[in-house]
Amino acid sequence: MKSLKASGHLLSDSASQIKTLHDQVFDKLQLPLFEQKMEAASLYPLKPARTTTMQINVGKMCNQICKHCHVDAGPDRKEIMTRHTMQQCLDKLAASEITTVDLTGGAPEMNPDFRWFVAELTAIGKQVIVRCNLTIIVANPKYHDLPDFFKQHQVEVVSSLPFYNADKTDRQRGKGVFEDSVKALRMLNARGYGVEGSGLILNLVYNPNGAFMPAPQQGLQRQFKKALHDEFGIVFNELFAITNIPVSRYLDYLISSGNYDGYMEKLVNAFNPVAATGVMCRSMVSVGWDGSLYDCDFNQMLDMQFDAAYNHISRYDQELIENREIKTGQHCYGCTAGAGSSCGGNTI
Amino acid sequence: MNTYYNPEDLKKFGSIGEFQKELADKFFSYYGSVFAEGALTAREKSLIALAVSHTVQCPYCIDAYTTDTLEKGCSEAEMMEAVHVAAAIKGGATLVHGVQMMNKAKDLSM
Repeated sequence: MKSLKASGHLLSDSASQIKTLHDQVFDKLQLPLFEQKMEAASLYPLKPARTTTMQINVGKMCNQICKHCHVDAGPDRKEIMTRHTMQQCLDKLAASEITTVDLTGGAPEMNPDFRWFVAELTAIGKQVIVRCNLTIIVANPKYHDLPDFFKQHQVEVVSSLPFYNADKTDRQRGKGVFEDSVKALRMLNARGYGVEGSGLILNLVYNPNGAFMPAPQQGLQRQFKKALHDEFGIVFNELFAITNIPVSRYLDYLISSGNYDGYMEKLVNAFNPVAATGVMCRSMVSVGWDGSLYDCDFNQMLDMQFDAAYNHISRYDQELIENREIKTGQHCYGCTAGAGSSCGGNTI
Repeated sequence: MNTYYNPEDLKKFGSIGEFQKELADKFFSYYGSVFAEGALTAREKSLIALAVSHTVQCPYCIDAYTTDTLEKGCSEAEMMEAVHVAAAIKGGATLVHGVQMMNKAKDLSM
């Protein structure tokens, strides 16, 4: 399987995605646009709170090709953050009050400067989160020591595991992914990750395996903890339940499976103003592999860049950023539905 | 094509209050309470509802509780086992009447 970009798919183009999202279902079913819904809840334009997190996408290269990936990541994606851009991030971070740096990809560990970057980030006192897909740890001997590296730098590990069995996991993330994920989780557990009292945090991410929304994360967490412990002896800290956002490959899946209209209608009808106030874009800044700045990773994939005066890490300006208007689109319904969704799971 | 069952009608379930609001309000309030977390989890209740949906053969209910059980993190194997429970009870209910048939047949026979 190739990425949408490598296969020349229409939806690999961000403008086509935005047009598809805006035009199709909203006209046909006469649904309110996200901006109208927010305005009715007195939440438009959406304004930021204090920026606490910088999420940095260090590249789109990945060892997996997941069916729902909003990044359209995969082995054929070559976009990788350079050490120069990383240094620009470090310079801005050192002078800012941002406490947490959230590294994502692709598989961020595949960036050749990943370890250098993590070491530099921790040296300036930032808490580092790595969104690790687990299988990278067992993909190649050069990655086998990642759990030790994470432990050395007290990195918080956040890993996707859409279900606690192979069938559902492999259907979404590729054949053999569940088995490799279990191996990697055991390696992390062996270093103390997810073990009570160790201080080493291992959180898992659940996202639905199809065109439906996640249940509240507390119940899912209970299930995951019991199943993974009883069957595989695996422990972890928290489960984050994330709604799939209709962007890139997941948007393609919704359209090609005939589920797009129903899914969008469901998201719109589940709009929750309380969840909308807790969305992650209010407290984070997203940095693209080339240093460009966005409200979140989804806006990044849709090329909805910050305004020109502060749209690159080299022009990072805390005051301008905290006074901006957050750019929104119809995909934002994904983060405001039900109990809300963010990189840390439910927002309420 | 017109059919007796239209999937779009499921979304209009809430509109039954148009013809009798008070009873509809009471029903939906009761319904919400029944499916809340209690002595049984919401997940367990959803699996029971999926099984009963098949027993009463309501296509709206089957659509609704297939979605709901998936959302609640049930596996396809759990969902199908719930349907088998419904099938076993329905089949058993038919077969246990076979005893009545046997009794009657024995009464009538030499």
